[in-house]
Amino acid sequence: MTDLNKRSMLKLATLSALAATALIGCSKSEAPAPAPAAAAAPAAASAPAPAAKPEPLKVAFAYVGPVGDGGWTFAHDNARKAIQQEFGDKIVTSFVEKVPESADAERVFRDMVGQGNKLIFGTTFGYMEPMLKVAADAKDVKFEHATGYKSAENLRAYDSRTYEGAYMAGIVAGAMTKTNTLGVVGSIPIPEVVRNIDSFTMGAQSMNPKVKVKVVWVNEWFAPPKETEAATSLINGGADVLMQNTDSSAVLQTAEKLGKRAFGWDSDMTAYGPKAHLGSAVINWVPYYTSTVKEVLENKWKTSPTKIWWGVKEGAIDFVSVASDVPDEAKKKLETVKAGLKDGSFSIWKGPITGQDGKPIKGADGKEWTGSDEQLGGINFYVKGVDGKVPGGDKK
Amino acid sequence: MESYALLLAATLNAGTVLAIASLGLLINEKAGIVNLGAEGIMLCAAIAGFAAVVHTGNDWIGFAAGMGAGALLSALFGLLVIWLNTNQYATGLALSLFGAGFSAFAGIKYVQEKLPERPHFSIPVLGDIPLIGPALFRQHPMVYLTIAFTAWLIWFLYRSRTGLVLRSVGESPESAHALGYPVRRIRLAAVVAGGALCGLAGAYLSVVYTPLWVEGMVAGKGWIALALTTFATWRPARVLLGAYLFGGVTMLQFHFQGIGVDIPSQFLTMLPYLATILVLALISRNPAWIRINMPASLGKPFYPGS
Repeated sequence: MTDLNKRSMLKLATLSALAATALIGCSKSEAPAPAPAAAAAPAAASAPAPAAKPEPLKVAFAYVGPVGDGGWTFAHDNARKAIQQEFGDKIVTSFVEKVPESADAERVFRDMVGQGNKLIFGTTFGYMEPMLKVAADAKDVKFEHATGYKSAENLRAYDSRTYEGAYMAGIVAGAMTKTNTLGVVGSIPIPEVVRNIDSFTMGAQSMNPKVKVKVVWVNEWFAPPKETEAATSLINGGADVLMQNTDSSAVLQTAEKLGKRAFGWDSDMTAYGPKAHLGSAVINWVPYYTSTVKEVLENKWKTSPTKIWWGVKEGAIDFVSVASDVPDEAKKKLETVKAGLKDGSFSIWKGPITGQDGKPIKGADGKEWTGSDEQLGGINFYVKGVDGKVPGGDKK
Repeated sequence: MESYALLLAATLNAGTVLAIASLGLLINEKAGIVNLGAEGIMLCAAIAGFAAVVHTGNDWIGFAAGMGAGALLSALFGLLVIWLNTNQYATGLALSLFGAGFSAFAGIKYVQEKLPERPHFSIPVLGDIPLIGPALFRQHPMVYLTIAFTAWLIWFLYRSRTGLVLRSVGESPESAHALGYPVRRIRLAAVVAGGALCGLAGAYLSVVYTPLWVEGMVAGKGWIALALTTFATWRPARVLLGAYLFGGVTMLQFHFQGIGVDIPSQFLTMLPYLATILVLALISRNPAWIRINMPASLGKPFYPGS
């Protein structure tokens, strides 16, 4: 390399570092139009509630992706809009998007505290440490961290049981596949994603025991071209129904393009591939956000030592927009499973669970598998029917 | 066998996006201009192309819109770095950031949009040959056009008079100026042509390859295309080879994962980068050749008066 190139590389590195810092931290705020009645109301004693109108609660959201990702962040932002609607002028919500999962996140959270937000949501795993740090310095602010596992007196973790949606998608996939080969595009091999792949497989096997599941990892949450390539590769390998645990709709689009079937994930993705779409496993954050805001408004918010994990039962997970050509048998099964999850009579992970070697899965310390939340939180194995091995995990 | 034929088909398709953008950047660099704005140009072209197809239903109008967007942005870049002599690297980076932000803003309404049904292509007769047909002859026309364009570009750069002038502007703008060539206008033409090709690559990405629009969807392909020109030592054929190699190893690592090869996927993910650098470094390991192929005035400003 010549001198020139070395120098330009250095320049490039400095500039991109500068650029990265400049990129984050453009926040948008949406306040509802002030209710004219409240503004014009005379201080009459007959209506004490509107007269003693307190300052609106300021609620802030930090998102890892763009609100336009059509998936994970999109679902969070829809819920933010819904609570703004629901609580009207009692709250003011704002959000910062594309906050990186790094030390920069801490700056964003400090900024949110500085702007007077009293309830702050961080919607990705990587915000855990920055949020803990900021929470320790801002005791009067309530922090809510999605998908984490640590808590503090003013910080609690919440999550949704996405694996319930994956299981329901599996039911449909098992009924629809003709090649008995399903494909999953995985993002990053963490327990949450591995659990979803396992649940998808178990759901498929409940309809069709011959089903095999192939998995490819893209090692990113959001990379549409790579997701497309991964999906193409799975289809070339014989998979005719695809599922993804990534943040864009690229996998569904690829299936649409190549005449195969696939699912929506996180948000309803029917529009992205009307012919390929078999149904969407959606997360609805509205119930949790509504109840949290209510708790804070009524001063009833309390921390929780373990994460608050909502699923079908609480209305946080659903499987929607089922394609019309899905056989009735599968549709009926979906209804049964949904009803069972709702009233607690059915549990996906209760066991016994069969591992890849055909032997029943045991808990981490050799104890019996019970499907407790703690055991679910550490899943790093594939169940019977999944091909290959969890990257970095142990084969069981 | 069948799956390897499909693997080859997917490789050609995956390499095409990179090849188009990288060949465009090669034209830029042969004229002495480094355009780090490729990623931003591709993003703006991706939304321009996508929007054009949503409204007209015609893919080729989409490609034209992408090329137009690319040409426009790169003309702006060209005016800044060629006439105002701003720093090429800083201006390129600014363009790349601007492009990312602007495309996100312009694309808000298109996030949920979908394109009309995607057509399938197959060359009559040839496309029906078992194995070879699906591997080679059922591609989008752009795949073949890219190969033809590479051949034309080699002829243009090394055999035509205009190509010689273009290269002389990148090697020694002072000499070209002394000979009476309008150095700045030639550089601008090269920048605009290169930008249009980056734009075409962006539009191909959003219209054909991953037919959707989401913010940031180019996901680093522009940067890979930039790196590719350097690793291919500014030789068009090597750029094409490098692009296919990168696409091929990307597809191959997914294929390995799919058939359950016991290698950590994190390692496989870095393979395309590793393999491309390795192969291109090996074929261009002669330093004398690199010096000959690298435009001598790459990245340097030119002041006609001095």
